[in-house]
Amino acid sequence: MAMGYSEKVMDHFIHPRNVGEIESPDGVGEVGNAHCGDIMKVYLNVENDIIVDVKFKTFGCASAIATSSMATELIRGRPVGEALALTNRAVVEALDGLPPVKMHCSVLAEEAVKAAIKDYYDRSGVSYDQALFADLEHGDKDAHGDLVEE
Amino acid sequence: MYAYMDNAATTMLGAAAKAAMLPLLDENYGNPSSLHRYGQRAAAALQSARARVAACLGADPREITFTSGGSEADNQAIFSAAMQGAKSNKKHLISTSIEHHAVLAYLKGLESEGFTITLLPVEPETGLVSVHDLESALTDGTCLVSVMMANNEIGTIQPVEEIAGLCRERKIPFHTDAVQAVGHVPVDVRALGADMLSLAAHKFHGPKGAGALYCRRGSLPLRPVLLGGAQERGRRAGTENLPAIVGMAAALEEAIKELPETSARIAGFRDQLIEGLSNISRAHLNGDRTRRLPGSVSFCFEGLEGESLLLLLDDRGIAASSGSACTSGSLNPSHVLLAIGRPHEIAHGSLRLSLSRYTTREEIDHALAVIPPVAEYLRGISPVWERILMEERREVG
Repeated sequence: MAMGYSEKVMDHFIHPRNVGEIESPDGVGEVGNAHCGDIMKVYLNVENDIIVDVKFKTFGCASAIATSSMATELIRGRPVGEALALTNRAVVEALDGLPPVKMHCSVLAEEAVKAAIKDYYDRSGVSYDQALFADLEHGDKDAHGDLVEE
Repeated sequence: MYAYMDNAATTMLGAAAKAAMLPLLDENYGNPSSLHRYGQRAAAALQSARARVAACLGADPREITFTSGGSEADNQAIFSAAMQGAKSNKKHLISTSIEHHAVLAYLKGLESEGFTITLLPVEPETGLVSVHDLESALTDGTCLVSVMMANNEIGTIQPVEEIAGLCRERKIPFHTDAVQAVGHVPVDVRALGADMLSLAAHKFHGPKGAGALYCRRGSLPLRPVLLGGAQERGRRAGTENLPAIVGMAAALEEAIKELPETSARIAGFRDQLIEGLSNISRAHLNGDRTRRLPGSVSFCFEGLEGESLLLLLDDRGIAASSGSACTSGSLNPSHVLLAIGRPHEIAHGSLRLSLSRYTTREEIDHALAVIPPVAEYLRGISPVWERILMEERREVG
């Protein structure tokens, strides 16, 4: 497999799930920057605290696209609180692993989901603990800097 | 259909090279340093390979040192010139910002050993080195100028004859990394006037693991990088990789024999690809339009990322390459694309197609049918492309 990508990564890269935009989203989150080579944008529709629709757009490598696809799969139909607990590790496990140099993509996917949920909270006036989104304040640094790669 | 368009990375082993190699992998397995008949037969094969490689380049056989490939040849050329220069306290080396890492990394190592390195900038878009810039960079302490003949990523062919002439005038050794050029464009070391020239067999349908360093007699003594044996007249220790060396000689002869016919055909294919891919919006050709290798096509497409493009193209039946190295997010894209002025976000969207004499018209048609929709698809899922379109609309409105 290319670059040591698992079959699942390749499947989600070649046939990404939930690609696209939502016309009137309840929350949108965008993380990353083009300078570093990846940007992820996640759109949410929420009804009765359930994520009823989710879409993404990603500029980036195969694993950036695959992690976006998997992250959106993992939160689709889930309660918002559960989606908020999504970790990059869960995304990596669901993809049967990522090459060490691509782990930052999974962090970006987690952050894109969190950013979209934060935007949903902000738009709908849900009060929340700011600390929940503390990582997002310096998301790029986390995704590209001090990440512990396994 | 699957089209292999990554010949700048490596090429298919040619028929002549393979046929020439087989006896050396089989009954002719002697060590050229041995005195018995097996050894002598191997020594004869080595001598013949050297004569043939030399003849292909217009060189004298004594000017050819076999190496493990282009990287070793580049390393040895720079090492030799630096050691020679250091004897008379000349510790300044000049090269360019778009060289192969085999040159750049070696120069960086010398820099930490007290040598001074000047890397010349190149012209935006074309990647051409200015001879005027080089002239201004020369000092009394310059012990080497190393400028690649043709760039591996963008295909630009540098004015090496002119540079060689200037260096000769100033009595400064000149090395050229001709790894991408030999076998693809005519190379005659005498006409060129270079003191040293590197080549690698696997770039012209020879095997991996063989290369050569030409060093003009009377220019400077080559210093061995590998020590411990008298092979290559003391310039490189280690038992010769004879099957690969013989394969290289056969491959080079075949490439040069076919050059006049093949290079025009390949250049025609190249131009067809360049024309077709230029129709993709916000596509930027990397490298000079005309001063470029016959088989080299390089583009940056805004709004998409190179690795995903490559892997999708592989899925759709095209082997290509990209200067984008998105391996940790913190890594920079290709130093060559940055040097020709591509901003990071655009340099990430690069695509290199490199053709060979085995490339067919059907493969070109296939590439032109496959690449535009794949690029369009990736842009369709790209937030960067979305932003570009929004900005376009704003400018129009």
